[in-house]
Amino acid sequence: MSDKINFTLDDKALEASAGETIWQCAERAGIEIPHLCYSKAPDYRADGNCRVCMVEIEGERVLAASCIRQPSEGMVINSANERATTARKMVMELLVADQPPRESSHDPNSELWHWAEQMGQTESRFPARQTPTADNSHTAMAVNLDACIHCTRCVRACREVQVNDVIGMAGRGANNKIIFDFDDAMGDSSCVACGECVQACPTGALMPAGGVGKIQADEQVASVCPYCGVGCQLTFNVKDNKILSVEGRDGPANSERLCVKGRFGFDYINHSHRLTKPLIRRDDAPPKTGDMDIDPANPLTHFREASWEEALDVAAAGLKKIRDGADGKALAGFGSAKGSNEEAYLFQKLVRAGFGSNNVDHCTRLCHASSVAALLETIGSGAVTASFNEARNSDVIIVIGAHPTSNHPVAATFLKNAVKRGAQLVIIDPRGSSLSRHASHSLQFTPGRDVALLNAMMHVIVSEDLYDKEYILSHTEGFEQLRDHLKNFTPEEMAPICGIEPDKLREVARLYANADAAIIFWGMGVSQHIHGTDNARCLISLALMSGQTGRPGTGLHPLRGQNNVQGASDAGLIPMFYPNYQSVSDSAIQNDFEKLWNAQLDPERGLTVVEIMDAVHSGDIRGMYIMGENPAMSDPNTNHVREAFAKLEHLVVQEIFLTETAFFADVILPATAWPEKDGTVTNTNRQIQMGRKAVDAPDGVMPDWWIIQQLAQRIGLDWNYAHPSDVFAEMKQCMSSFDNISWARLESESAVTYPCDSETAPGNDVLFSDGFPTPSRRGKFVPADIIPPDEMPDAEYPMVLSTGRQLEHWHTGAMTRRSQILDNLEPEAVAHLAPNEMARLGIKPGDAIEVATRRGRIALKARADTGIPKGVVFVPFCYAEASANMLTNPALDPVGKIPEFKYCAAKVEKQQAQQQNKPL
Amino acid sequence: MTVAKKAVRKFGHPGKGRRGARYEGKGRQVNGEALGEIQALLGDRPRRRDLLIEHLHLIQDSHGHLSARHLAALAHDMKLSMAEVYEVATFYAHFDVVAEGDKAPAPLTIRVCDSLSCEMQGAEALYDAVSKRLDSCVVRIVRAPCMGRCECAPVAEIGHHHITNATPESVLAAADDGQTEPLIPPYVGFDEYEKNGGYHVLRACLNGDRDIEEIIATMEASELRGLGGAGFPTGRKWSFVRAESGPRLLAVNGDEGEPGTFKDRYYMERDPHRFLEGMLIAARAVEAEECFIYLRDEYPGLHHVLADEISKLEAAGLSEGTKITLRRGAGAYICGEESAMLESLEGKRGEPRHKPPFPSQVGLFGRPTLINNVETLYWVRDIIERGAEWFAGEGRNGGKGLRSYSVSGRVCEPGVKLAPAGITVKELIQEYCGGMAEGHEFKAYLPGGASGGILPASKGDIPLDFGTLEKEGCFIGSAAVIILSDQDNMRDAALNLMRFFEYESCGQCTPCRAGTEKAVKLMSAPNWDHSLLQDLSKTMMDASICGLGQAAPNPLLTVLKHFPEDLT
Repeated sequence: MSDKINFTLDDKALEASAGETIWQCAERAGIEIPHLCYSKAPDYRADGNCRVCMVEIEGERVLAASCIRQPSEGMVINSANERATTARKMVMELLVADQPPRESSHDPNSELWHWAEQMGQTESRFPARQTPTADNSHTAMAVNLDACIHCTRCVRACREVQVNDVIGMAGRGANNKIIFDFDDAMGDSSCVACGECVQACPTGALMPAGGVGKIQADEQVASVCPYCGVGCQLTFNVKDNKILSVEGRDGPANSERLCVKGRFGFDYINHSHRLTKPLIRRDDAPPKTGDMDIDPANPLTHFREASWEEALDVAAAGLKKIRDGADGKALAGFGSAKGSNEEAYLFQKLVRAGFGSNNVDHCTRLCHASSVAALLETIGSGAVTASFNEARNSDVIIVIGAHPTSNHPVAATFLKNAVKRGAQLVIIDPRGSSLSRHASHSLQFTPGRDVALLNAMMHVIVSEDLYDKEYILSHTEGFEQLRDHLKNFTPEEMAPICGIEPDKLREVARLYANADAAIIFWGMGVSQHIHGTDNARCLISLALMSGQTGRPGTGLHPLRGQNNVQGASDAGLIPMFYPNYQSVSDSAIQNDFEKLWNAQLDPERGLTVVEIMDAVHSGDIRGMYIMGENPAMSDPNTNHVREAFAKLEHLVVQEIFLTETAFFADVILPATAWPEKDGTVTNTNRQIQMGRKAVDAPDGVMPDWWIIQQLAQRIGLDWNYAHPSDVFAEMKQCMSSFDNISWARLESESAVTYPCDSETAPGNDVLFSDGFPTPSRRGKFVPADIIPPDEMPDAEYPMVLSTGRQLEHWHTGAMTRRSQILDNLEPEAVAHLAPNEMARLGIKPGDAIEVATRRGRIALKARADTGIPKGVVFVPFCYAEASANMLTNPALDPVGKIPEFKYCAAKVEKQQAQQQNKPL
Repeated sequence: MTVAKKAVRKFGHPGKGRRGARYEGKGRQVNGEALGEIQALLGDRPRRRDLLIEHLHLIQDSHGHLSARHLAALAHDMKLSMAEVYEVATFYAHFDVVAEGDKAPAPLTIRVCDSLSCEMQGAEALYDAVSKRLDSCVVRIVRAPCMGRCECAPVAEIGHHHITNATPESVLAAADDGQTEPLIPPYVGFDEYEKNGGYHVLRACLNGDRDIEEIIATMEASELRGLGGAGFPTGRKWSFVRAESGPRLLAVNGDEGEPGTFKDRYYMERDPHRFLEGMLIAARAVEAEECFIYLRDEYPGLHHVLADEISKLEAAGLSEGTKITLRRGAGAYICGEESAMLESLEGKRGEPRHKPPFPSQVGLFGRPTLINNVETLYWVRDIIERGAEWFAGEGRNGGKGLRSYSVSGRVCEPGVKLAPAGITVKELIQEYCGGMAEGHEFKAYLPGGASGGILPASKGDIPLDFGTLEKEGCFIGSAAVIILSDQDNMRDAALNLMRFFEYESCGQCTPCRAGTEKAVKLMSAPNWDHSLLQDLSKTMMDASICGLGQAAPNPLLTVLKHFPEDLT
């Protein structure tokens, strides 16, 4: 009782909890008080500036803003008396005076007009101010400050919620003005177009561009974003079977936040390039060659349209013929981390039970295979030990080899929130980013020297006796071995190798080891090396020796790249594991699956992505089925990959567009895009979430699960699933990670974290507080030695090429480059270089340049980027016209089999003047 | 078989590519040269957020304006966002932000005060005359609010040099002479102050000869009240802050901006150590780790005086255990509001905070903070030395203590008048100001600066003290008494004051931001819409966040009530 506050509101006796405001109590009591500057959305601080929520507190000289004022014991409050309502109406009259007329307003259904109507104050007696001019400079959003009421919701959205820090309130008094950076046009500003401000604006001053905000949606469909591994829940606003606009929904990972892709990147599904008819390669098509290029707008140069019946028959027959002619190992399948759990499960089941081998893999091989290998080896579980939202409880946050502001933008917002709360952020990355400004420590180390840096940090922790002896004793094994191993890795010896001063290494090591709660996030900068597994082993050792796992705010979190890479891996879309990481070489497990699937299974582990390409070249693999993957763009040394595809006897591609991979197909099966189907996906946080169909697929397009089943039936499997929920039910039979999580539960709750202890429990955010799922229940230290990158710069190729993503483009660009807004924001291929490096090379921003490695050469424009270190060129891999992976080195990590995308020797040259395009 | 590895093979792409890509990062890029200039200018000064305004001053002072390239470099160097820097720079009147490609202001700025006391003394004519006679390429002439020298109106400021009783000739002559540095009048320096018994009380506090509880009891008994305008009992405030858990801070409000007020400047210019000793005693009383003095930027000479004298007392070991930090305002009346001042001290826009919590609980940097006005602290030493009764024994017409009335306008001898609290305006004019100025007949007065309302001469017998004027819709505030005569128009006076509030409103809350702006528009019309102005005033008073918006209608309402003849 003692923490409850008793007070009276409009003659009602009410109770408030600590921290509750008058407005919140009133809402609970069914009393509606107008509000504009106050937003009920999560994480929006009340600001009390608009004054339309004023109430009278008896005994006080002036009225109080109910949204920000908390009741105190015995307080008597009147929200409906004349004094309060008069003031509120006058405030509204002042605001309405400066608004454009409702009929011609930017959003006639805005919160402002809603409340003006409720209060009977849609007119004003006051003269209007001078109208600010519109700013339509941004491709995604319109800025109409004539409707601005200075409530600062957009400032809080941009600064406090998403922490992108672009919007501010400049000037003073009546000259106050919402500004972007230095009062720049929004389109010229540092805006990252997350659209949080649009979602927050109560007046229509900030709206999606093109007037879509004015259109009333027919239907709102709750679903989840198909882009990165963050797994933001969202609402599709649908009108006439088209997605009008998208809003963030309060999911466990995103709290209503979205990024530019998730908010503005859905028109790709209506793009004219959509495949809507099954295609069969024409008999008279030119022979397949590695450098083939087909116009995705006109596939009929190489393909002919076919009925589903014919296409499925031809597709299946080709696969069957190769299977039946060999031992099944001449076939391989690439599934997708962009599809649902159910699709991934069916795909691997088809390969294993239908093709007869374990030659099934997907792009997890290219992102976190090494991380998963290290995690399974050391702590017995390949998923994150804590959600990224746990950063809220961390004192120290390490982000290493990751650019979450580009690649996991919404996750990055929570890290920035943690910094605002007082956490210290340590960024360890050769490449700087917009996150660096928030870092207390930024270690821009020499590319490829992660092990040297991390071993030096661990050396400090051991030599300064900062390690957690109790934790090591009760939860780990192999510490002595590691301790001996680390002796030689002094900061002084490692500094010249990793390029970080010994004192800085010491400082960061102490900071991490001494923190009450520290968490590590890593990305592909760690994993995509031939020493990627070693890199991850070091991070795991670091956490184990410091006792930084198993508690709130601690843990190991490899930021998973694609929306369902966690789920696809869980579902067994990898060559060495059945669903839920059950080894294919364990005969008992094999037995179980043979029973479940009623098929004979291959006890030998299958080939991985890059191994499969080599096997195609060697003639061991002659046919493939690829669903929703684009290895012709995403795999290393794509010339080699494309030549492999050209060699295949039979290639079936299931896609939504004619991707660079589909160029090589014999049969193309047009499939549904994410908003057109039902299915579950699992994000980086281990949260299984429900994706719901929002629009009908174009005529002729079929759901992926249906297509897989049709092929399965045609190659002799007796499958009869009627809906993805049937598949989910079967998955539960062989995946203990799905215990207590049913389809019905996901339908009602939208998200459940696995592992989950009961049908009513929310699932476990933080794992391994009491031992690890290893045979000994202990986490294992695995020492790592320094292995230099596979291909070091030399006289001919003096620079280092690193690849990665951009905020606006997703993976190989097949979807995002067909989204108008995203394409407008990043329309052409660029190579990022340090300004000083450009000066040295005689290159100006916007110059046409060529980047070459031993494997290829591409032409693109130069972009000055102060985050890039000297001697490095960074190329995003989403651009088909200058495919970065033509250049990358396919050398593999020996354990994780992940290629070294992040490092190879390269050279950068200015293009000859006559070839240069003029920058716009 | 081999795909061309030496030559570029151009592939098609799915994008429409209708625009060229950016060839740099998003938004304005930091210019390396500008960054070098900023780093050289800032030297080894800390890059803490709360120093943003200080750093902006540094750039404004050395370059004459704040260019976008410098601001972007500053943001980068301080790890702030561009918006955070820009919104602060554009809040304060003394910063000139210049975008790329825009013209920088002329090298010299002349500010002509246009507040009521100066306007009554011909500021508008001065402004016009000076504007006509100076080349706008060389000199920029701007109107500016009260400069705290109302006893010598009109006032102009050339660079940082103030010209009192200004004429077009004196302004032009000073401009020609290049007199841009502040004048520093003679004052009681450290040695002289100490020789005459100064710092005995502080020393006694420091070495334990004087008990802090007794000092606080004396302050309470003296009935000294906050002389910045709120009138909160000083001793009680000290005990409140002392009762909060540490670490605690002290902030001195030296942002004397209420038009008509100049007493703080008057005392600091003559006897700065009396104020500084009071401050250090207060710091001792609340065990403040650090004292922040927020001095308005209109007092540049005083900034030098205080900086010099603080270093002397520090050298003498008198500030042991208490760090003293002197900060410059940057031209914002609102920062005289205590919570806005805290925001400004934290390097932010001066937007008042919501109360509760009060600064005594959650103040500067979130710590319990004692906030006292300069003059309040100025009396501490005397009260302790002479005893509480000495101060409490003063007073007239029921008032208690002494008040420093800043008197300006139509009197014979304007200036700071130390008089008994509770004196009436008529007594003040007759006994302290040598009567009305020649040829002027007492018509009206402002008892408490711009926000304290306007009363007719017929109400000239009300004691001037805290709590005595409220029933008339007025208050004494900082005791800035402006006397108007039969030659002054009340409608013009009210409009002048409302314009001041419009200009100085921080803009945070609707009633004040839009209210002052709409009020100026309505009051500029030939005929005032009395009922709408009254409705508006009611909501401004009831629903504004801070005292500025709550008090802004006072002059309007009192003029409506008492001077209908001036409105037709």
